[in-house]
Amino acid sequence: MSRQPVPGTIIFDGEQARKGYALNKMCYSFNEADNRTAFLRDEDLYCARYGLTAAQSEAIRSRNVPRLIDAGGNAYYLAKFAGIFGLDMQDIGAQQTGLTKDQFKARLLAARGE
Amino acid sequence: MAEIVGAISVSHVPAIGGAIAKGLRNDPYWKPFFDGFPPVREWLAQVRPDVAVVVYNDHGLNFFLDKMPTFAIGAAPEYRNADEGWGIPVVPPFRGDPALSWHLIESLVAEEFDLVTCQEMRVDHAFTLPMALFWPDQNWPVRTVPVVVNTVQAPLPSAARCFRLGQAIGRAIASWPGRERVVVIGSGGLSHQLDGERAGFINKDFDLRFIDSLVNDPTWATKYSTAELVELAGTQGIELLNWLVARGTLPARVRQRHVNYHIPISNTASGLLLLDPV
Repeated sequence: MSRQPVPGTIIFDGEQARKGYALNKMCYSFNEADNRTAFLRDEDLYCARYGLTAAQSEAIRSRNVPRLIDAGGNAYYLAKFAGIFGLDMQDIGAQQTGLTKDQFKARLLAARGE
Repeated sequence: MAEIVGAISVSHVPAIGGAIAKGLRNDPYWKPFFDGFPPVREWLAQVRPDVAVVVYNDHGLNFFLDKMPTFAIGAAPEYRNADEGWGIPVVPPFRGDPALSWHLIESLVAEEFDLVTCQEMRVDHAFTLPMALFWPDQNWPVRTVPVVVNTVQAPLPSAARCFRLGQAIGRAIASWPGRERVVVIGSGGLSHQLDGERAGFINKDFDLRFIDSLVNDPTWATKYSTAELVELAGTQGIELLNWLVARGTLPARVRQRHVNYHIPISNTASGLLLLDPV
């Protein structure tokens, strides 16, 4: 079995956890409202404080979820990052699937199969 | 001896907390979800449990990836909720039951389930939302024991292992000399995937088969590896492991008291299942 057996999916395993440690640690800090404010005040400084790689910082700067996941981000932690900008899980889903938010919501509804 | 009066399994997503805080119970989007709960509340009012053992996964409130236990158990006198990053109002604190927690720890470790023990623990939406859905006045009538399963960072415990953990929790409760009535809560699932090109994946056929299996063939899902379960239920659908723990606490023969299934809440297929021993 390959390490990543599910198509269209990066399972968050040890390799991803190592790669994404600093990024996820920064996102974990967003549990605190003061830290969310500090991030918004100077994003680059905040990323530097957590030791993000250049690729991670750039993915944060561009709000690019697929690249954040590729860089080791975990969905539960990235949700804390997305929340700072008022983005919900349908915004995130749309971005990752190349759909509009309405198209993504329609896809969810279609799973009813009615 | 203490008695398990039943097990309730239910989905959790942070958006439910937002909907409760904004009073959206009767909003057309949310109504089919919230309408599933009155029969469960009526049952709880009848059986009047003293303790809730809540099996869930933490999403980065109490545990970060610096220390990630496969299984953990609370042994605190009180558990508090906190901001998980979205500023949703927190719910009132929950009473613990340290004596029962330590009995569970003794019993489970003796059965070779080596859980991390937590005398301080914050509880996130996966713990608080089922409680708020079952007891909307948030005046919690039960003491609580949190049991945390790693569904976040692979390798995850197998479905078979989770089921056996549930069986061991069931034996531990049965051997507690108190007269408590215990409800077991399994929190998570059903099928959903937040991340990757496959985001938005929902598998209704699998979910319905899984729910049915918990009633009629409880070890059915244990034949799958966690990778297979991710393929069938999605990267976060794997939270169904918490349902398997909860089911494992009950005897082989159970009665389905109530079921509700609705697609979608947020990106998730929501399930609600109340089982009690025959």
